[in-house]
Amino acid sequence: MAERMGFFTDTSICIGCKACEVACKEWNDVPDDGFVFRATSYDNTGALGADTWRHVAFIEQDGRWLMSSDVCKHCTHAACLDVCPTGALFRTEFDTVVVQSDVCNGCGYCVPACPYGVIDRRERDGRAWKCTLCYDRLRGGLEPACAKACPTDSIRFGPLDELRARAAERVERLHADGVTEARLYGESPDNGVGGTGAFFLLLDEPETYGLPPDPVVTTRDLPAMWRWAGGAALALAAGVAACFLRRT
Amino acid sequence: MAGGRISRWPLLRQLRGEDGRRDAARSSRTDALRPRVERADTVARSVCPFCAVGCGQLVYVENGRVTQIEGDPDSPISRGRLCPKGSASKQLVTHPGRATKVLYRRPYGTDWEPLDLETAMDMIADRVVRTRRETWQQTFDGKEVRRTLGIAHLGGATLDNEENYLIKKLYTALGAIQVENQARV
Amino acid sequence: MAECHPVGFQWVMEARLRGAKVFHIDPRFSRTSAAVDRYLPIRAGSDIVLLGALINHVLTHGLDFREYVLAYTNAATIINAEFLDTEDLDGLFSGYDPETGRYDPSSWAYEGDVEQVRTLSEGGLAHAQAAGSDSYGARGPGASARPPADPTLRHPRCVYQILRRHFSRYTPERVEELCGISRERFAELAEAITASSGRERTTAWVYSVGWTQHTTGVQFIRAASILQLLLGNMGRPGGGILSLRGHANIQGSTDVPTLFNLLPGYIAMPNAHRHAGLNDYLEREGADTGFWGNRRAYTVSLLKAWWGEAATEENDFCFGHLPRLTGDHGHYATVMGQIDGTVKGYFVIGENPAVGSANGRAQRLGLANLDWLVVRDLTLVETATFWQDAPEIETGELRTEEIGTEVFFLPAASHVEKEGTFTNTQRLLQWREKALDPPGDCRSDLWFFYHLGRRIRDRLTDDEIDRPVRELTWDYPEEGPYRDPSAEAVLREIGGTGPDGRALSHLGRLRPDGSTRCGCWIYCGVYADEVNQAARRRPREEQSWVAPEWGWAWPANRRILYNRASADPEGRPWSERKRYVWWDQARGAWTGPDVPDFEEDKPPDYDPPEGAKAEAALRGTDPFIMQSDGKGWLYVPSGLSDGPLPVHYEPHESPVRNTLYRTQANPARRIFHRPDNPYNPPLSPRFPYVFTTSRLTEHHTAGGMSRTLPYLTELQPEPFCEVSPQLAAEVGLVNGGWATIVTARAAVEMRVLVTERVRPLRLRGTTVHQVVLPYHWGYRGLVTGDVVNDLIPFVLDPNVFIQESKSGTCDVLPGRRPRGTALLELIERYRHG
Repeated sequence: MAERMGFFTDTSICIGCKACEVACKEWNDVPDDGFVFRATSYDNTGALGADTWRHVAFIEQDGRWLMSSDVCKHCTHAACLDVCPTGALFRTEFDTVVVQSDVCNGCGYCVPACPYGVIDRRERDGRAWKCTLCYDRLRGGLEPACAKACPTDSIRFGPLDELRARAAERVERLHADGVTEARLYGESPDNGVGGTGAFFLLLDEPETYGLPPDPVVTTRDLPAMWRWAGGAALALAAGVAACFLRRT
Repeated sequence: MAGGRISRWPLLRQLRGEDGRRDAARSSRTDALRPRVERADTVARSVCPFCAVGCGQLVYVENGRVTQIEGDPDSPISRGRLCPKGSASKQLVTHPGRATKVLYRRPYGTDWEPLDLETAMDMIADRVVRTRRETWQQTFDGKEVRRTLGIAHLGGATLDNEENYLIKKLYTALGAIQVENQARV
Repeated sequence: MAECHPVGFQWVMEARLRGAKVFHIDPRFSRTSAAVDRYLPIRAGSDIVLLGALINHVLTHGLDFREYVLAYTNAATIINAEFLDTEDLDGLFSGYDPETGRYDPSSWAYEGDVEQVRTLSEGGLAHAQAAGSDSYGARGPGASARPPADPTLRHPRCVYQILRRHFSRYTPERVEELCGISRERFAELAEAITASSGRERTTAWVYSVGWTQHTTGVQFIRAASILQLLLGNMGRPGGGILSLRGHANIQGSTDVPTLFNLLPGYIAMPNAHRHAGLNDYLEREGADTGFWGNRRAYTVSLLKAWWGEAATEENDFCFGHLPRLTGDHGHYATVMGQIDGTVKGYFVIGENPAVGSANGRAQRLGLANLDWLVVRDLTLVETATFWQDAPEIETGELRTEEIGTEVFFLPAASHVEKEGTFTNTQRLLQWREKALDPPGDCRSDLWFFYHLGRRIRDRLTDDEIDRPVRELTWDYPEEGPYRDPSAEAVLREIGGTGPDGRALSHLGRLRPDGSTRCGCWIYCGVYADEVNQAARRRPREEQSWVAPEWGWAWPANRRILYNRASADPEGRPWSERKRYVWWDQARGAWTGPDVPDFEEDKPPDYDPPEGAKAEAALRGTDPFIMQSDGKGWLYVPSGLSDGPLPVHYEPHESPVRNTLYRTQANPARRIFHRPDNPYNPPLSPRFPYVFTTSRLTEHHTAGGMSRTLPYLTELQPEPFCEVSPQLAAEVGLVNGGWATIVTARAAVEMRVLVTERVRPLRLRGTTVHQVVLPYHWGYRGLVTGDVVNDLIPFVLDPNVFIQESKSGTCDVLPGRRPRGTALLELIERYRHG
């Protein structure tokens, strides 16, 4: 397997341009999310969802304007994947979590399972959609569309270990410059999801950005669940296979 | 054939003992995934048409259609990056709202009518020649001016230098002086 | 810059990471403000007070880069005794005629130049009427190469002393009072820019239309020029005054101009009142010294490019074929001509004045009064459909069946469906390769004008008025299924050819005798060695940081203008840290990572012989090679129509009294008193608030290329106004609700965004509320909204005829605007109080 790849989104240099949102949509052919003026600073796409795989949050504070591009976290322990009964969700050779739209049957189990509220079903086709970390691009040695477009390199793509080292340096530098509120979010393998493949440098509490402060994988009792699911699937598969055999 | 498909069905592969959350789950479509830019017949080196930073763009064309526009990493100006507008360039050139047919509205008309491009060009040329003659000023305030104030032009600033050059050259020869550009406003 | 040029802003972010301190001075707290060290909110239109106070700070504390200032600027030059400053005349310069609102600038000349200027400009009002953008191209009538000077800077009439007096009233207290910037914040800014200037360091200023769209716009930039020259920041890496242009080819549109007053390369269009034949024109249009001293070569080469064999020495190279100007024939004059019925036919090419130009109602009334209109664009823009859906249809002012305008809409090719060059904001020409053919009837504008020209030529007679068109060179190789003219052939004509028919390598090869042809002298060499130099794309990693082999910059591939000034008078770098171009004594040549913007072999100690012309008349220490004296002009003796020095005047519509002078607004601004162009009275309580128009990252200008695209539209789907919580409370606005903005021209409604980013400005004894209005919407597109430009009147900077969009007055009402005739009644009430 290749190295684990991921995103480091450094919000301290984000300029809120939303190039990531558009580049993602252009590459992945994601539909628009409707034309709604939300009167919430410059945010009119609201949140991550089936039709928004990168979302830039704008937080207006006294004298500061924080901007942060959110994305699927590609968790080490990914509940969405754990609960997917069809195998539509799988872990790639880059250790990223991807939905296969040709396999997904739209059951929606993954949606409440995600502790970040990322994965979402699309009204129009019923299937679940989210960031693939541009899996097709990665297979050709290209970086994801959002990271490539990002004008200030706020979104960095690379081997997760390298990104973690770079992020630690960046926090150190910011602290030295007096930006003591700088902190990393999601990089620690000890957190509730075993660390995320997409992590962030924030300038305030996670809640300020609409991020859960202490997310926990919703499938902690996973091994038992998986055994159960395996048994059920076996019964189901036998029946389905029989159908195919009869038709052949 | 069906057997081949079935044997690749993620569930059966999981049952065969492959990790249900890794390779066993992969569909054949997933296995075949590659970046579509690899299939492009041609790649044109272009420049973003929005602001004046002049970011490099690579335009991928497959089967006569633009399949992707993204930043040119070779550019010392932009290093492969694009803003949201530049990133929307593919939509700019391929969206269904683009007009592709000549339209004509006759005086006092209440609707558009179709018009052949060649006919439109001839009609426009007729009007330029006629209006120029009708509004020709040989002198003004006793001075020779050789011009017409009857024909004016306003251009956008996404016109190429070569286009602006022919525009200025043609109008100047025609004596039309009210030739203006977005650069003024 | 982060807001409107995000990819360019990456370099600012990198500079910050390397320790640069970045200030953002803007009425509006934008994405840029969020990403800098210090944001300074400023009252719209008060920038000269701030810049003037910075100049005063530098002069008062002796912080100028004296060696640079003495050697490279006109600080020591003595001005003639007739000149009177705004200090003497309470806000006016000498030469003002209150009858016409124009200046006769002859009294602003250098000592000893007055008589010559009077002779050449015919003196008096004839000259004053025409002083401005319609004269002189990009220069003035020039000045002496060696005017009297006092290197001790003590002479009371030397420029340095005039500057000291002129700017002495621009103090931190005035900044606080008129800009709304505190003394502490001013001190921090002044300290930062002076500490970061000199031998070892440089400071750069970056501006956009926030500086140009004012009735004093040119003087804003002039003020920045004075500051940068005093601090030694021109012609040096990391310095300069950088104009961020808003469109892919705005720069190119002025270089190869589609502007009424210019011919290619900033050569002036001839004026009926000032110019008879070619010799007379050349004699009056500039000085004989500096590079403009070669203007015969530039002009004759242009005439030869256009009229070929027909242009001969005997017939003035067809100079008589050029039509003559008699005043302002700019965009706004054209629109008024449409309303008044003189303009019959109109071509609108990739532009959308129905929503994109000031006073949108007047724009649309003009369109409705044409005989015929041709619109070319990617989509059906409002300018093409005004007869169906203009706001005036709703109010009943226009009726579709009564509009006689015949409209042709022709779909255009996109930027990937044609080839050609854009000139970016740093003068860099970049060639675009064509990716595919355009769909349906879509064609390039090159195709359109080439084939239109062909058809017009087919319809010509033997009549004398047709001769310039008949004799025009109009043969370009045709390519492809649509018979596109070769864009490379056109670029080659622009770049110039020599007597042997081969492409010219350098503008120094241009000749005044008709043996060379060149469509735009500043682009000469773009096709050197028969190679399209603009198409060069050597990857950035494979060349120096200056990247001279990426595209081609005018002139002569020079990346920083006036870069001779990056070395000291002896030709040595001012510092190792800031070395850029320097004199290599051993080679006898200037060298460095960039192409020297100087004659390559002119030594620093070169002293021109008596009677030398053109560049030969400039010393080896004169870096500003386009100026007649080779100096950076702190004081501008000619070429401007509203004064030799910047002066703070209030915007035409302002709620604030000018406390610096008795003269309230720019006395030379262009005003048009017409029923279709009513003004808000100054200081009127009916219009108590200031509005400034703005742009958003997610959209492009009037929106034709952005609010047609779902991916951009969803990001900013509706027009909105940004207001402070205090103004919202005062007026009764609710976040997410509606507001109506009213001026004497229009009332427009938009959604409300209440934000603390907008701060009320505390001026002395009063509070000024500013309303920020992004202007990207219109009555068509995926989402629609009222047209912000409808609020703005025709009132123009007198030098360049650009409208004042960035500071106007308005009233703000809660809720949506009335519809139909009720809307007209509301505006009527505001007009008459």
